[in-house]
Amino acid sequence: MNIAKFKPAIVYTIYIASTPEKVWQALTSAEFSRKYFFGNAVEVDLRVGGAYIVRTPDGALHISGEVIECDPLRKLTVTFNVNWPALVEKLGPTLVTYEIEQAGDAVKLTMLQSHDRTISDDILSGGRQGWPAILSSLKSVLETGQPLAIKMAPPERMLAALKEMGIATP
Amino acid sequence: MRKPEFIYVTYIETTPEQLWEALTSSKFTRRYWFDTEVRSNWKVGSPFALVMGDKTTDTGAILEADPPWRLSYSFKHQWFEEMRNEPATRVVFTIEPHGGIVKLTVTHEGFIEGSKLLGAVSRGWPAILSGLKSLLETGKVFAIPPAALGIEQFN
Repeated sequence: MNIAKFKPAIVYTIYIASTPEKVWQALTSAEFSRKYFFGNAVEVDLRVGGAYIVRTPDGALHISGEVIECDPLRKLTVTFNVNWPALVEKLGPTLVTYEIEQAGDAVKLTMLQSHDRTISDDILSGGRQGWPAILSSLKSVLETGQPLAIKMAPPERMLAALKEMGIATP
Repeated sequence: MRKPEFIYVTYIETTPEQLWEALTSSKFTRRYWFDTEVRSNWKVGSPFALVMGDKTTDTGAILEADPPWRLSYSFKHQWFEEMRNEPATRVVFTIEPHGGIVKLTVTHEGFIEGSKLLGAVSRGWPAILSGLKSLLETGKVFAIPPAALGIEQFN
């Protein structure tokens, strides 16, 4: 897949008292991701073209994609398509990139959510709500051993906008 | 087009009162804000300054103070020449209970198109607020050399 025309729409940077190895593991392991990603499990075959899947706590397929770039401990880019009928057809694929860099005694983790077209603020509101909660909790797990108990209401503004576009949501 | 602004949200295992204290007391800010003191009496209309060592880096005035829920101040950069000429901006901290934890939203707005200050604060705030979260949750803060932030003027 040619990712040259994708532009970041959401960028979130967080510094974590950890190591690149542990941050990489947190992003790519099912057991670890369940702790901070609202109970969802990341399953990824870490090679270009490998499958990237996120399952809900009951095991259902929530996000499916593939690995586009994989530079262990430094960079992971995946397609990150929520499994709702007609979503990719109407919005195009979503790309998520994680960049990991050592910054003094901390690790700098940057998440970029990119698209190949302009996406409305209504639809982006879902990611703007979700990423800070997910990544704040990831930081807490790595630093304290305990995730944050973040109860998140459904992203109503995004869901309404998707419904308006004829995308079936749960 | 979105207006030029920086918004950052983070969730912290703390109380609104402790978070307010951490944002307004130099005893705390020196630990997570690159050794910066915050100087103000936090009353609406009073002056505000950020002081790093012997340098006053930013100045302003308190616009809103509703402890421990909401704080805003005007923010005029005073240190780096290429940003000193930009007009005053505005910083707003919103603190909300979220279940048993606290949601902090920082909005920095009022930048001119093509603002260099916006580029610098967009790199600075995530490091400062990550350190703040670590301090409140673990009692410790990591050391990040300012050069690691990617702010041109620190290199």
